[in-house]
Amino acid sequence: MKTFNYHSAKDVKEASKLASSNSAFLAGGMTTIPSMKLGLASYKDIIDIKRIKKLTGIKVSGKTVTIGATTKHSEVASSKDVKKAIPSLAALAEGIGDPQVRNRGTIGGSIANNDPAADYPSACIALNATIHTNNRSIDAEKFFRGMFETCLKSTEVIETIEFSIPEKSSYQKLPNPASRYAIIGVYVAKHKTGINVGVTGAKSCVYNDKDLAGALTKNFSSSAIDSVKISSSGMNSDIHASSDYRANMVKAFAKKAVDAC
Amino acid sequence: MASLVGSRVERKEDKRFLTGKGRYTSDINIANQTYAIFIRSPHARAKIKKIDTSKALKSSGVVEILTGEHIAQDKIGGLIAGWAIRSEDGSEMKCPANPPLAKDSVNFVGDPVAVVFAETLDEARAAAELVKVDYKVLKAVSNLGEAMNSEAIHDGIDKNLCYDWLLGDRQKTKEAFDKADKIIKLDIVNNRLIPNAMEPRACVIDYNTASEEITCYTTSQNPHLSRLIMSAFGGVAPENKLRVVAPDVGGGFGSKINLYNEEIVCSWASKKIERPIKWVAERTESFLTDTHGRDHITHAELAVTNDGKFLGFKNETIANLGAYARVFGTVTPTYLFGPCATGVYIMPAAYSNVKAVYTNTAPVDAYRGAGRPEATYTIERIVDKAAMELGMDPIEIRMKNFPTEFPFKQTLVHQIDSGDYVAGLNKAKEMADYDGFSTRKKESESKGKLRGIGVTSYFEACGIAPSPVVMMLGCGVGLWESAEVRFNPTGQVTVYTGSHSHGQSHQTTFAQIAADELGVPIENIDVVHGDTDKGTFGMGTYGSRSLTVGGIAIVNACKKIVNKGKRIAAKMLEASPDEVDFKNGEFVVAKSNKKKTIGEVAFASYLPGVRDEVKSPLPEGDEPGLIESSFFDPANFSFPAGSHICEVEIDPETGHVKLDKYTAVDDFGTIVNPLIVEGQVHGGLAQGIGQALYENAQYDDSGQLITASYMDYTMPRADDLPDFNLGFTCTKATTNPLGVKGCGEAGTIAATPTVMNAVINALGGKEISLPATAEKVWKACKEMKKTNAEAA
Repeated sequence: MKTFNYHSAKDVKEASKLASSNSAFLAGGMTTIPSMKLGLASYKDIIDIKRIKKLTGIKVSGKTVTIGATTKHSEVASSKDVKKAIPSLAALAEGIGDPQVRNRGTIGGSIANNDPAADYPSACIALNATIHTNNRSIDAEKFFRGMFETCLKSTEVIETIEFSIPEKSSYQKLPNPASRYAIIGVYVAKHKTGINVGVTGAKSCVYNDKDLAGALTKNFSSSAIDSVKISSSGMNSDIHASSDYRANMVKAFAKKAVDAC
Repeated sequence: MASLVGSRVERKEDKRFLTGKGRYTSDINIANQTYAIFIRSPHARAKIKKIDTSKALKSSGVVEILTGEHIAQDKIGGLIAGWAIRSEDGSEMKCPANPPLAKDSVNFVGDPVAVVFAETLDEARAAAELVKVDYKVLKAVSNLGEAMNSEAIHDGIDKNLCYDWLLGDRQKTKEAFDKADKIIKLDIVNNRLIPNAMEPRACVIDYNTASEEITCYTTSQNPHLSRLIMSAFGGVAPENKLRVVAPDVGGGFGSKINLYNEEIVCSWASKKIERPIKWVAERTESFLTDTHGRDHITHAELAVTNDGKFLGFKNETIANLGAYARVFGTVTPTYLFGPCATGVYIMPAAYSNVKAVYTNTAPVDAYRGAGRPEATYTIERIVDKAAMELGMDPIEIRMKNFPTEFPFKQTLVHQIDSGDYVAGLNKAKEMADYDGFSTRKKESESKGKLRGIGVTSYFEACGIAPSPVVMMLGCGVGLWESAEVRFNPTGQVTVYTGSHSHGQSHQTTFAQIAADELGVPIENIDVVHGDTDKGTFGMGTYGSRSLTVGGIAIVNACKKIVNKGKRIAAKMLEASPDEVDFKNGEFVVAKSNKKKTIGEVAFASYLPGVRDEVKSPLPEGDEPGLIESSFFDPANFSFPAGSHICEVEIDPETGHVKLDKYTAVDDFGTIVNPLIVEGQVHGGLAQGIGQALYENAQYDDSGQLITASYMDYTMPRADDLPDFNLGFTCTKATTNPLGVKGCGEAGTIAATPTVMNAVINALGGKEISLPATAEKVWKACKEMKKTNAEAA
């Protein structure tokens, strides 16, 4: 690991001020630290935001669940409020990585990293999330830009993620047998305003599958999915799953998700 | 005193392992130590044009940088193959030189070319990045199937062929096939595995400039063998100036049998730089450079009659040795594989033909089961295929071909002393509720799932022996084992064994044996192993040999102790030695009912005289002390056997295979500690299941290992496995006084075919290759659906 300057920010303003194009915010460190140890990433400044109290916690209102950026996966998974308001979101958190990862990894870290096989981005898409930063509020559909890429600026700090509470929802994933990341993960959510199908793992970036959502809008049942054609073009392909398999699994897991709603 | 052999004695090791107090090689630090980082080839095959260390040598904290040139200058020898195998035509096998640091060419990704020693690990890493190696990259031979038609990797080794070996009788087999009603054919690839010991390899070297002794702490399954090879072949130091210590070792599975490049290089370098050296592998280095396992391409044929009797069997295999032949590399696909090719069956004629080839991949060597899993997989798959093609039940066809009389002369080599294969399979059938399968299958089908059942019957040959035979077959050493039993004057016992425990729990099992033999409480018995400065020369632990060979050496040494004790007790009790009985730790003279405990006799043996209270003149001709040693060389291998049955449930929508039930019935002869044996079976099963469903080491065309981390190499996990339903039958081994058979590898040997037979059964007999990953199974389900639709 290359040497770096460590800062522990006392508030969001200080964290943002310390940030530059050669810095990284540190929350759970579940990706940043291994990347640095493996020599895949190096930074001049590491800005620890774990001590900023404002960034952690869960609030449920009538229509939304708002989760602080440095809230750990284990906290979301075990939150009675989340389990009651959006049980599928708590279940998603429970299925991330392993207990060690869930006890350190944070929701803000996960979405800021935007790993194409991460679980949370699909929740953001399916649950019409708004990502609140120190500067602005961003719709999830605009937030995720591409592989490991978001619209965040280097000095921008995610403060909270606000999820809409759906009528029904379910997240179903096919875990990579080795890493347990999603080979594909499908998050189906039925809101009063419409249906979203957030798909992770399948392509270079999470997306809302409009074809599946369209079919489900007409008929919210797993049989409605049978007639949807999902192309393997643009799907990821690796030693664990070909693009063809992934395309088929998007469908299979969308059906599972609808059945579980 | 109740016998401890057969009791579920809790492990003596647990306290330190479960509380984090184990002392592993990387826990050892020596004052003033330097840190080593090896520079490894990023190419699978290349010539080394030039190595420039000038910039790196100036880097902060660097003590020294050494390369293959230095190794050559100091005439340090390389790594060796431990078994010389002859080809069918009588020619000797061909092995390339394998210097500890490559000088002229590199032959797999990870092959070390240079080493940096620095004051800190970070400094060593930083300097390693500055070493410039100029390679001329050559086309890699990474595909096993094409290796014999590819350019020769090593000078003078045509077709990359190490040997073309035959066991059995081609003519007799042909005659048997000519008489067959049906010939069943099967092509399989036995997937390559990476052993993945939890503790990565490491070594810490301490050179004493005054005594000129090198101490090498290392992660080895056999420290004495490592010392022997390092001394006799490496030329690092004479054996008396070389101490090898393998302290707590976190798993080996065969991958730590070998002496590796790093131990030779660091031991040699420590003397050169006159500083202690510490090297600990990173996980990526473990993936790249630990010896791998399996990796065969096999074509097999089974000749059968219409009523399911086996007439003959052929096994034609190409085995991958990787880039170099290592200690058990050449014997694993021959004598550990070939004889087991015909499985547990009466097979009137058979042969195994193995072509072992070199490729630009990591060396392949023994991995838990070593040869026997590959052989068992082939025969058990083809027997299932035969049952299907003949319309027979898989249990029926097996029963029909089992031997029922023992000793049983197996077709290819072995004289199996004892066993009862019928009883084992019957017990497994009952425990697995085999007859209830069709009901469970219907239940699965009602949920849209497929269910399959798989059966395997196996025998294996472990505890390789006797030495004269082993050496005749090409082994460079004898495979006996040693033990020494020492009484302290105050009655506690220390047992020294040449075996090595890296998870096998010798401290407990061996203490149980000694406690029974000597009648001493188990708390008063300590077992010492893993240090060439303590105890006699030993051969180490691999091939399920510790108990059947090493354990018996302990029994024999204890018997010698008792014999000497009888003579001393006789003198003390004023009787003749043949009037003294030994039972439960007491020497008793029946006619006078006078007795002495073994502790009193031990005390007396160290105080040979008469003074005040002490009245213990030794018998004439006996020396003081109570210490005996024994070298045990068994008359034969041991032959554990058993039958396993499992059920899988498959989701045809996703291809996910759920291992639902697993029943294992094994015959290990006498079981010393059921708790430990069950643990061995559990671990073995997990690794066998891993091969069937998850693990697969893959190289790309350029020879890059694309499964070099846990992100891509799939290990079996606890939540992939069901509760194992274990049962045992017992036919005692007749080749050792305890009647014990090896138990360490059986689970790994049986589990892979059991699981695959179940998967293929669920798929209606459709063959799929190892491992049965979700995508492969999904594709097979899709094709099955299509075939069924067309048929309808």
